[in-house]
Amino acid sequence: MPQDLPSTPKSTKMKYWRKPLDADKVKVPHGELHIIVNRCKGCLFCVEYCPRDVLQMSEDFNVKGYHYPEVKEDDACVNCQLCELLCPEFAIFCVEKEEEGGGENES
Amino acid sequence: MTKETTVTEETQEQAHPMDELLRMDRMPHIWCPTCGLGTVVTALAMALDKSGISLDDVAVVSGIGCTGRVAGYIKVDSFHTTHGRAIPFATGLHLANPKLKVIVVSGDGDLIAIGGNHFIHAARRNMDITVICVNNFIYAMTGGQVAPTTPLTANASTMPYGNFEPPFNIPYLADSCGASYVARWSSLHVRRMTTAFAEALAAPGFSLVEVVTPCSTLYARRNRLGTGLDLLKFYHDNCEIEHGADTRSLDIDFQSTIKLGKFIERRRPTFLESLDDWYGQVFGDKYEPYAGATSE
Amino acid sequence: MKADPRGVLTGAHYLDGDHAAAEGGLAAGCRFLAGYPITPSTEVAERFAARIPKVGGGVFIQMEDELASMSAILGGAWAGKKSMTVTSGPGFSLMMENLGLGIMMEVPTVIINVQRGGPSTGLPTLPGQADMMQARWGSHGDYEIIAICPSSPQEAFDYMITAFNFSEKYRVPTLVMMDECVGHMTEKVVIPPADEIELTPRKEYTGPPEEYLPYLPDKDMIPWMTKAGDGTRFHTTGLTHDEKGYPVMNADCQETLVRRLIDKIRKNADEIAIVEEEEVDGADVVLISYGISSRVAIPAIERARREGLKVGSLRLVTVWPFPETRVRELAKNVKALVIPEMNYGQIYYEIERCAAGNARTILVPHGGGWVHDVNDVYAGIKEGLK
Repeated sequence: MPQDLPSTPKSTKMKYWRKPLDADKVKVPHGELHIIVNRCKGCLFCVEYCPRDVLQMSEDFNVKGYHYPEVKEDDACVNCQLCELLCPEFAIFCVEKEEEGGGENES
Repeated sequence: MTKETTVTEETQEQAHPMDELLRMDRMPHIWCPTCGLGTVVTALAMALDKSGISLDDVAVVSGIGCTGRVAGYIKVDSFHTTHGRAIPFATGLHLANPKLKVIVVSGDGDLIAIGGNHFIHAARRNMDITVICVNNFIYAMTGGQVAPTTPLTANASTMPYGNFEPPFNIPYLADSCGASYVARWSSLHVRRMTTAFAEALAAPGFSLVEVVTPCSTLYARRNRLGTGLDLLKFYHDNCEIEHGADTRSLDIDFQSTIKLGKFIERRRPTFLESLDDWYGQVFGDKYEPYAGATSE
Repeated sequence: MKADPRGVLTGAHYLDGDHAAAEGGLAAGCRFLAGYPITPSTEVAERFAARIPKVGGGVFIQMEDELASMSAILGGAWAGKKSMTVTSGPGFSLMMENLGLGIMMEVPTVIINVQRGGPSTGLPTLPGQADMMQARWGSHGDYEIIAICPSSPQEAFDYMITAFNFSEKYRVPTLVMMDECVGHMTEKVVIPPADEIELTPRKEYTGPPEEYLPYLPDKDMIPWMTKAGDGTRFHTTGLTHDEKGYPVMNADCQETLVRRLIDKIRKNADEIAIVEEEEVDGADVVLISYGISSRVAIPAIERARREGLKVGSLRLVTVWPFPETRVRELAKNVKALVIPEMNYGQIYYEIERCAAGNARTILVPHGGGWVHDVNDVYAGIKEGLK
């Protein structure tokens, strides 16, 4: 399947099918994404498998000529680090941000 | 675009947490876009980190092929050996210094075809090494030839009309030879793969983790399966986790369900435990245990 | 460095060459033998297997084949143990690929080949000397190697120590090319006390671990060695590599590396050469031999001398690197060089090359299976005097 410009995945895979009873007590961590643009080979693994749809592919190219991921929604990252683990190029990583209160911003 | 340039500069200064564990002076690695090998390297490095083993005591041995290059990227004592001989080389390292944690990372062709004899005997002896067999179903570095793991009907450059040779079921092979730990994950199941690596490292004796990994350039392209990403999607939809499954049921057919899980975890005396135990019985107190420990 | 007394069975013994070679290995500090049974070499492994639990601090393993054995001893050496393996013809062929890896990674190890008749399975229980060129050229690619040919059980013991010392000094797998006769002949072997056995220590790296470059050559062209677990986190590969041990795929790097691998042996060839000479000065004919053939030659030489003929003997203990300087000199001063060997011309061609037309070269060949007939060697000497 040839890829032209990569599209942003539509699904919101991690949506709860019911709200957990302790949702208001659980602190949801926030992550800060760091993307080492020029290491990227544009595989799309991070974009596809981000459970919170934080990432999208850039329209620009890196020095190798690949599209690379960029942060679409700054606050949405929950520091699950799946992108960091999946990235075959060691090009993306997450750092936990300072905690901000409880889970009221979660659905 | 100035915005992106800024991003690049900013982030380049940031050290990736993996940078410490890798030979960054060798990056970028040789693997193709959407190859899963980089993910396996991350998982192994994470598992090593988690396991608390001093990295000075770790040796990684690879054979030849795409996966054979893993040894060259992990910053521990690392050995890139000849085709198929990673396991006996690792056996030598382990026996000469039992304190070393010896890990073999190699491909399905290297370990199961040309190195098949060493694989079964290391498992039989329960040699205390960890083997990570990255299975991409094909000989990738040489250009897509049929492997002993290529599923029936799949196309390979030396099976241009489709493969008619039945493939090996690697977990069953390892199990039947007496391996102490046998698991299979895909490179998409990265957390479970990391856990499996950590468990395999902790398990005394011959431990095997098979990692089903996408090869985009050869396996996927030859078989019109898209890219590595499409193969990950395929794993996402078609992998079934069945811990403790009968290893006889773990055949992989072309584009059909792939069973994953931890299949075998058994405690059997390792080669050196048996050696020390037996010589202890034969020679009594005169014998000075070689590995410094007797079996539990 | 003196030998560790635990491995040295000091005293006079009645041993065959295989057993003596095993004792030589142990005395040299070898504590890891990975091998695979093959006649007529198996007794080396058997002796080692029986002795090592008593000596302590070492291990023997019978691997699944010779490919594995050769590979395992490279791993063993990298983990810091002196390591060896032992085999014969067919097994030697199987070891060739990983012998090349040992040369490329510069691993000090010793490989004993108790030669039998070939090709193929040939004559498992009978002697041959037909693997001499395989010892030199058997692995693919260009390289230099060291090979020693003992001619008696005592020499099998003594030269195993020399072989380990060479392998450590030059960081190269060293071959001990015995033959079935030497391996299976039983004679008196005197093993000296440990403090009389001088061993060459490994050229160990002692600098800061983070600055270690595994293939940075010293002035003598030999890089410093470390072992797995030392904290230097080095990489080594069978691919053409730079000083860091990283693969580099280009002609410059290939040239630098291969040139050094060759020069570190070739430029030290005179230092490595061990030859035994007897009545060479003023001789008309010199018999050049190695291994068991040099013992068979003795009665032929004695007979010729009784007849008043001027016959000298040059025995090659080290065959590779070929003791070229000495043979060239010698060729200028004699009429003929007579070469008895159990093959149809292997070392003969080296000698012919070095004689460079200055002396006749006469091959006394034999297909293997038994040692030379003394009369044939004598006939060779007579031929040389014509």
